[in-house]
Amino acid sequence: MYLNEIKPKTKCRITKILGSGGIHSRLLDMGCVKGEEIEVIKVAPLGDPIDITVKGYHLTLRKNEAKNIEVETI
Amino acid sequence: MSQKEITIALAGNPNSGKTTIFNNITGARQHVGNYPGVTVEKKYGYINYKGYKINVVDLPGTYSLTAYSEDEVVARNYIINENPDIVVDIIDSSNLERNLYLATQFIELGVPLVLAFNMSDMTKTRGKKINIELLSKLLASPIVETVGHKNKGTKDLLDAAIKHIENKDREKIEIKYGEEVENELEKISKFIEDKKTLQERPGSRWIALKLLEQDKEIINKVKEETGEAYLEIEQEVNRSIKHLSNILRDNPATVIADARYGFIRGALTETYKETEIEKVSATDKIDGVLTNRIVGLPIFAVLMWLMFQFVFKVGAYPMDWIDIGFSKLGDLVSNAMPEGLIQSLIVDGIIGGVGGVIIFTPNIILLFLCIAILEDSGYMARVAFIMDRLMHKIGLHGKSFIPMLIGFGCTIPSYMGSRILENKKDRLITMHVNTFMSCGARLPVYILLAGAFFPQIAGNVIFSIYVIGIVVAILMAKLLRVTRFKGESAPFVMELPPYRIPTFKGVLLHTWERTWLYIKKAGTIILAVSILMWILFTFPMIGENYSQDYDAEIVSLEQSFKSNEITEEEYEEDLTEIEAMKGAEGLAYSAAGRMERFIEPIFKPLGFDWKLAVASISGIAAKEVVVSTMGTLYSIQEADEESESLRENIAREYNPLIGYNFMLFTLLYFPCMAGMAVFRREAGWKEMWFQIGYTLLLAWVVSLVVFQIGRLFI
Repeated sequence: MYLNEIKPKTKCRITKILGSGGIHSRLLDMGCVKGEEIEVIKVAPLGDPIDITVKGYHLTLRKNEAKNIEVETI
Repeated sequence: MSQKEITIALAGNPNSGKTTIFNNITGARQHVGNYPGVTVEKKYGYINYKGYKINVVDLPGTYSLTAYSEDEVVARNYIINENPDIVVDIIDSSNLERNLYLATQFIELGVPLVLAFNMSDMTKTRGKKINIELLSKLLASPIVETVGHKNKGTKDLLDAAIKHIENKDREKIEIKYGEEVENELEKISKFIEDKKTLQERPGSRWIALKLLEQDKEIINKVKEETGEAYLEIEQEVNRSIKHLSNILRDNPATVIADARYGFIRGALTETYKETEIEKVSATDKIDGVLTNRIVGLPIFAVLMWLMFQFVFKVGAYPMDWIDIGFSKLGDLVSNAMPEGLIQSLIVDGIIGGVGGVIIFTPNIILLFLCIAILEDSGYMARVAFIMDRLMHKIGLHGKSFIPMLIGFGCTIPSYMGSRILENKKDRLITMHVNTFMSCGARLPVYILLAGAFFPQIAGNVIFSIYVIGIVVAILMAKLLRVTRFKGESAPFVMELPPYRIPTFKGVLLHTWERTWLYIKKAGTIILAVSILMWILFTFPMIGENYSQDYDAEIVSLEQSFKSNEITEEEYEEDLTEIEAMKGAEGLAYSAAGRMERFIEPIFKPLGFDWKLAVASISGIAAKEVVVSTMGTLYSIQEADEESESLRENIAREYNPLIGYNFMLFTLLYFPCMAGMAVFRREAGWKEMWFQIGYTLLLAWVVSLVVFQIGRLFI
């Protein structure tokens, strides 16, 4: 499962970060690493991007970017 | 007594309160410049403290030190090349884990490091406990608790920095990345050491680490330094990466990032305790409304409307005062000086030209005040969150929306406002299309022409011009994204920082900085261009070469008036007309007038005669000048956009197609010289010339097509 498929108010755990280059590195820098528990909080009014919490803060990313985060629901 | 000079580099995540601490340390003793070769802003300042002269450099706010962002490369290169005595990393203590990630990379660089745990008051009230002493030991860096917005801990921070610099036996630690990676690191380090390509700092281990992470910048640097020998290094690195990917089932970059977070977690499990689980935070409550699915957009629209009203309605008053002030100044100088060239240069050239720039200052101040509040409060990130879907569709970033909206008021602050975009390509595309958001100065031209040719439907005609501007902006943004600024658009992965009440001092400093840059930089260039424009419109002087003897006509007119042959009203009217004709002839004789006749063939296919061509060239100074130039050219003195006689003259001379076409042309070519001066400051000469060139070309092509096709129908 990938983060872009997760519904709001759902908690999940990161199992792998895909992609390469800029997006890969950016996700790692922002704290999206394997094993991290995250929660999808909401979707923006126009349907994209999404708002998640990771490491205790709010992060927003486009669904297209969220495809690079493989997760399992918990 | 000789003073010891030390340099502190201030680093930290965006929203960590770094700027506030920088302001606390340096006060007013700060300067803003650019890092060489890039548009990243460089802020620096100094303080004399306990016998030291402490230079403080404010590095760009970053989350990491990779080669993927210009800001991060700048920060990293500053540390490697300039070798500051110490790095002070500002940490938002309410978000330790992610903030410390940057710190681990300073540790890797081996640079002396002091950590400022900022906003430490917040963590205490939220029931979080940090064992500062132990954590400081584990990270081998002094930690100082600060509260930036209350100016607490600033002195302690400076004391700690000085003490750490003077400490000769600083402990050094290394972050370990796991046995497998360590083995490979050792091999690669040895390899580069053997090849004698090792830079003295930051050391071969760091270079090896970056090679494993496939850091483009460092790869290129090593390539440059080693020449042919690089092939062997590359082979060695690729072998390592393949080996690690096989056994760890993940690429080395991921494993290294994991290890950094592992190091942080390790240090924090021993030293950090959350005594109570936090309830719903204030930020979450505010966001429940401001980014709400249903009311989020309407609230945003209202806020933008209020900001627009504030900037341009409130700004109109001081603008009027400045306008009156400059014309009074002009009158004063006119009266105090004998009539002639020098007077004309000072009054028309310098006072008129510089006044035309200074008059925008109230807009700029108010706008940057709004932007500073939006940014410092944390709402700007929400704007990006709300608007990104729409803006992304046209190849832009969520944050592009604000500068584009501002463009409807004045293009100059919209160029400057584009700074909120961190990514260079996003910023440049936004700047290049901002000009099509039709600014306030273009409105008088539309009012004049729409009134002349479409008196019944003037409002709709003007509205259509605005809509065309928006459509052109969207098309150009898309076009630029796939051509000149091609490539991966920056990934949209952004922090939504907690809401904070902006500090008075921070907002004012922010506003003043930007405003001063505008006045200083734009002012000097504008002065030069104003003088140039004046020369072009004044020389060569017509002297005695008028086609008619206007002076004699005036004399005879005066006589007829004195002998009561004509009424005073008739006299005034005729006199104005004669003087206007004289002025128009003088203008046609000048370099600008001649140039226009010379380049008339360029404008002819658009349906413009030399008068319209001169008018559009004068619009380079500022678009509203087009109206007054047309007044001179059509021999109507004191013309404004509501002038009936000017409208009649224009309507007589051209058809509605040409009228509409001229409005289009005015909309599309670059806004004004003040705008271009700012554009150069923000993006450099090359981009400025590109903006000038492509908007002129676009204006020409669009007008050509409209005229040539339209001609077939009338």
